[in-house]
Amino acid sequence: MYVIKYRKIWFVLSGVLLTLSFWAIFTYGFNLSVDFKGGTLTEASYQNERPSLELITSKLQNLNLGGFSVRPSGDFNYIIRTRELSTEEGSALVQTLGSPVVERQNSIGPIAGAELQNKAIKAILVVVFMIVLFITFAFRKVSASLPRGTRGVSSWKYGLATIVALAHDVIIPTGIFVLLGHFMGVEIDLLFITGLLAILGYSVHDTIVVFDRVRENLSINTEKNIKEDFETTVGKSVTQTFGRSINTSLTIFITLLALYLVGSHATKDFSLLLIIGIIIGTYSSIFVASPLLVTFYKLQRTSK
Amino acid sequence: MRKHVIWSLILIIIFIILGYFLVRQERLGALYPFRFGLDLVGGTELVYQADTSDVEDVSGAMDTLKEVIERRVNIFGVSEPLVQTESAGIISGNALERLIVELPGVKDIELAKQLIGETPILEFRLEKPGAEEFVSTIASGTPVTLDDIFLPATLTGQYLSHAQVEFDPNTGIPLVALEFDSEGADLFAQITKDNIGKPLAVILDGAILSSPVIQSEITGGKAQISGNFTAEEAKALVRNLNYGALPVPITLITSQTIGASLGDVALHAGARAGLIGFLALVLFLIIWYRLPGFIASIALISYIVLSLVIFKMIPVTLTAAGLAGFILSIGMAVDANVLIFERTKEELKKGKSISDSLHEGFRRAWLSIRDSNISSIITAIVLFWLGTSAVKGFALTLGIGVLISMFTAITVSRTFLFAIAPNSPAGEKSKLKIFLFSNGLHVRN
Repeated sequence: MYVIKYRKIWFVLSGVLLTLSFWAIFTYGFNLSVDFKGGTLTEASYQNERPSLELITSKLQNLNLGGFSVRPSGDFNYIIRTRELSTEEGSALVQTLGSPVVERQNSIGPIAGAELQNKAIKAILVVVFMIVLFITFAFRKVSASLPRGTRGVSSWKYGLATIVALAHDVIIPTGIFVLLGHFMGVEIDLLFITGLLAILGYSVHDTIVVFDRVRENLSINTEKNIKEDFETTVGKSVTQTFGRSINTSLTIFITLLALYLVGSHATKDFSLLLIIGIIIGTYSSIFVASPLLVTFYKLQRTSK
Repeated sequence: MRKHVIWSLILIIIFIILGYFLVRQERLGALYPFRFGLDLVGGTELVYQADTSDVEDVSGAMDTLKEVIERRVNIFGVSEPLVQTESAGIISGNALERLIVELPGVKDIELAKQLIGETPILEFRLEKPGAEEFVSTIASGTPVTLDDIFLPATLTGQYLSHAQVEFDPNTGIPLVALEFDSEGADLFAQITKDNIGKPLAVILDGAILSSPVIQSEITGGKAQISGNFTAEEAKALVRNLNYGALPVPITLITSQTIGASLGDVALHAGARAGLIGFLALVLFLIIWYRLPGFIASIALISYIVLSLVIFKMIPVTLTAAGLAGFILSIGMAVDANVLIFERTKEELKKGKSISDSLHEGFRRAWLSIRDSNISSIITAIVLFWLGTSAVKGFALTLGIGVLISMFTAITVSRTFLFAIAPNSPAGEKSKLKIFLFSNGLHVRN
């Protein structure tokens, strides 16, 4: 099976993508939204034609609000982000803009923002931990039921391979979003974290489909007392599940694409994130997680 | 096979009834309407942080706070307001008590804040023993807090039953007359009895209004406060006191206003995305998986009907993120079917009969469906547990979706498939049937 045989190519490819993502994250940093930083977000809608960006910017500069950002949204709207404004400052801002229709105005205090940041990190860690625990449990029998003379991979290593795939599936979309944040103003908000968590769940979902097949093939080999190289078993499992991995991803991809193309603009970035996550997640379950099992197996053999 | 046919008919009837229920419940004034979040209908959400550091019975104080705010919101006449308390940060150790107020349709945030935030905190406090010496010893200019001088309040606006404006008959200056409830009256009598000759400070929102010296025990629970009010100020104070005084001070930490048009657009876009996603999915299923694909589409419709009924019954508040979660779950609901059909295809390739292949397909796909869905449910639970309201909406629709899809994609589609699967040798030879049960690019010779 070429996926397993040429695993070094995929490892290098993933390695390059990961390095680029880390580079982007450390160079540009996160473009955090008011959800996390605290501050006020105002979305103003103009009826027929909106004033130019320059005009809005120069008007806002006169208000002395400190740093702010203005981003066009849709055809008639602007989204303006400032530090946390009092109610009076908020109304003054709207007046300065020429009293457009205020679609939304959100104010988030710094405490609430910091707390959310804390929660987000915690949620991700808890999900990862719980899932690894679950995988170790679900695959507890794989190492016990092997025929004599063959040595399998212990169940926690399935968990480890899953975490590596998980980290891979979260870091690469994050890197892409950091770039989108730097060049297009896309923000890391609460929905982004929700999206990452959904990707976490999905990534495991997909990896399990392949690992489950490895588990099944191993137990068939035990039953029939077939001595087969671990590498061959994994390769066979990947081949057998290739079609379904692609097809299950395709069904989700179809619905997400609909959400991205015609869904509300509130969930546009969110659906884009999930689309990227699902592509990366499908890739990693086939090209990263399964070859890693083989690598772990070989490492185990050389150390004995 | 007969058994499966009967069950299929029963399931079809149940889903038609549920579908009819959904349509009926969309009428105006229905018993179970969909609940939409503020981001879809527009309105204002205010989140307050309550300072409970001086309170012993925190949950009691929060309940009272909720009642008081609800009363104020109801007086204002907002349709379907939602007032809830939340204990944030249980996990992080230092519990933060929150009050969340959702006001659908209210767009004037100024008005909303006034409505809730400007409830006065009225306290009656006695001086600490030795307070005068304390004040005289410290250097002038040193900030002195109320807590330095006064004992903690035992009598507060919480015990107020009624307030009204009165005018001093001699000077014509407006006064605020207070009437305590029975508990408050007892407290007031006790305090005045024990402290004759001492000053009792009347403190409103942290500022001392007056500090009259107690002349005698006051029974009957009535008091007057004077504070150089104008007639307008006295009226406003009385109105606010009557709306209910807050048991604990609150500060606004986040506010959100969403215009109704934005919400409307989001709702329609979400619904349209769901519909298009669903149709594209059905197209894919039927083209790729043929007859089983058609059955999976029916299972998918039953999935959507069942989910929507459950969203109505619980009720689940649908937000933009919640809708996204639901649309995502539509894609995931088909996952189980894909796993089963792909497995069935493999068994068919091995030369097994259609019925046997289907049995094997369901049996062998089960483990991976179970394990992968458990991991999705773990994610949903953690999200629901740790998330804020927006994330909770996503987690809830996703979690409910995964659970329902286990039923529809496995039980429902299985019943239908076995009802129509050929189980006679003659049926097995029909080329049409073999074509219909095969899938993808594979055609068995």
